[in-house]
Amino acid sequence: MFGYAVKRLLQSLFTLFIVVSLVFLLMRLLPVEGYFGDRFQKMSVGEVQASLRKMGLLDPWYLQLGRFYAGVARGDLGVSFIYRRDVPITKIIAPRIPYSAGFGLVAIAIAMTAGLAMGVGMARNKGKLQDRAGTVYIVFVNAVPLAVYLLFVQLYGSSLLHLPILFDKYNIASWILPAVSMSLNGIAFYAMWIRRYMVDELNKDYIKLARAKGLPNRTVMVRHVMRNAYVPMAQYLPAAILATIGGSIYIESLYSIPGMGGLLVDVIQRQDNAMVQALVLIFSSVGIVGLFLGDLLMALLDPRIKLAKGGGAR
Amino acid sequence: MKLPDMKASAAAADAGIDRALFEFAGFDAEAGERGGYSNYSYWRSTLRMFLANKVAVFFLTLLGTLLLFTFIQPLLPGQRSPTTIFNDPATGMQYRNLAPSGRFWFGTNSIGQDLWSRIWSGTRTSLLIGLSVGLAEMLIGIVFGAVWGYVRRLDRVMTEVYNVMDNIPTTVLLMLLAYIMKPGFRTMVLAMCAVGWLGLARFVRNQIVIIRDREYNLASRCLGTPARRIVTRNILPYLVSVIMLQTALSIPGTIGWEVFLTYIGLGLPVSIPSLGNLVNEGRMIMMAPELRYQLLFPTVVLSLITISFYVLGNAFSDASDPRNHV
Repeated sequence: MFGYAVKRLLQSLFTLFIVVSLVFLLMRLLPVEGYFGDRFQKMSVGEVQASLRKMGLLDPWYLQLGRFYAGVARGDLGVSFIYRRDVPITKIIAPRIPYSAGFGLVAIAIAMTAGLAMGVGMARNKGKLQDRAGTVYIVFVNAVPLAVYLLFVQLYGSSLLHLPILFDKYNIASWILPAVSMSLNGIAFYAMWIRRYMVDELNKDYIKLARAKGLPNRTVMVRHVMRNAYVPMAQYLPAAILATIGGSIYIESLYSIPGMGGLLVDVIQRQDNAMVQALVLIFSSVGIVGLFLGDLLMALLDPRIKLAKGGGAR
Repeated sequence: MKLPDMKASAAAADAGIDRALFEFAGFDAEAGERGGYSNYSYWRSTLRMFLANKVAVFFLTLLGTLLLFTFIQPLLPGQRSPTTIFNDPATGMQYRNLAPSGRFWFGTNSIGQDLWSRIWSGTRTSLLIGLSVGLAEMLIGIVFGAVWGYVRRLDRVMTEVYNVMDNIPTTVLLMLLAYIMKPGFRTMVLAMCAVGWLGLARFVRNQIVIIRDREYNLASRCLGTPARRIVTRNILPYLVSVIMLQTALSIPGTIGWEVFLTYIGLGLPVSIPSLGNLVNEGRMIMMAPELRYQLLFPTVVLSLITISFYVLGNAFSDASDPRNHV
């Protein structure tokens, strides 16, 4: 277990290194306007060159990259150029982390519990109304783009249910719509998976044996069927984290939640290169850490993982 | 040989058994042919399975009608240009936000353009993006996945490439790519292709790793069949179902990405009608109940198209799986 964890950690660090370097180098390809904002129009070519040199942006790429890593090691992600001029990026981002993390975790929790309940219900009533209604929901959520149906959740959630249309941290009612929006996709994802899993699993021999020896239905479900479902559920957790990050970018912006996702949309629209770079790096790191923790969790839950060779394709 | 025969027939005669039953039957070549030949045809069975699915047939008809209409709509008589701004001849003012009527079937938008023709024009743009991205992804995914799965020496490198891309949330990667390039049709297609081939490549790779070392492929290799032929003839036919599903699903996915990129301001220029631009225009005025039709009409058309592709992709994938052909 320990050996596996170390190996997996090294792999994640390597991936992180490649991702960070790649994103950093890609950002160097951007037009230099993103470092000046409105001032750019009024500056002469000489002035632009002079301040680029002062910022160290004309140095060879390996020097810039080295300097960037040295900065990260000190907890310094650079300063914002346009969004809030010359304010350190870490200072802008830090107060926003709790919002993003909170909503993300709540959304995943809702998705897992509601998805589980829905999937189990569908499997029990296979072919009946509940199953069909659930299937329609799953098809709808998977087929219609998130960017479209969430608009209607916001529109009719606010007009029919009289919930606030924008986020306000002092009004708990305004937290409901964003949290529900963020979990809709995950609910469909888990429900679809649990349903298929249950239908397959209930026909297996060990379940028949458990029934035949007279175990009550509840024990069969909890101790046999669900115990075996932990591993694949943990396996899907990282994918759920990645999907939630993706959804949160749109939803935070839609409901004006002061989190990092809404901020990313903001700084892309204002073309603040340094902020875009910092946020993309943070989101990628969260993704990598999420996948790492998911794999560790799986190794904890499933003793067979130890035997497998570490790494490899997912 | 003859001796026991004669003994047996003698015994049979004693037992009073009808001798005619023990005559040799004549050889019927036609009847022999009938037993040794099955009229199973992969594509015919696939089609039969597919047509047996009523929901799928319904969506196929719906999608067919929609696609046909989308492409012949500009040729129909009495259609307006999607980008012309219409003015009231009496006052010279633009026809702003007119509700749906006999004249403007879906009403007009906030600067007086005809929503009906804008929606069909936008659907054409979005479908064009969707189909180009879907086909390109299919090609890249198959080639990359086949090489990844078949060439062992490249496995480590390609797995690493996959891990790096898979670790970044797709949305973030797409935003980054679209941000780095100049906004426009080409950027959008390139960015979506760059993130979209991953899933198909992984499916193809996993399938190939599974089938690669089966006996019949081993035999092919021993007989000196070139690797390219083994991949294209022995292995790829197994993947039809997965490939079609992924390609069909990438079209609604692409349309969704387009809406999202337009929302964050990295989409097509507003002068080109697209479903993303229309939804975005509708979103800005959705809080006014009497203007909601401008959001509702594009989203209904968009949803019908994406749901059709999704259902059809799944139905075809089920039908083309030989395990279901019984």
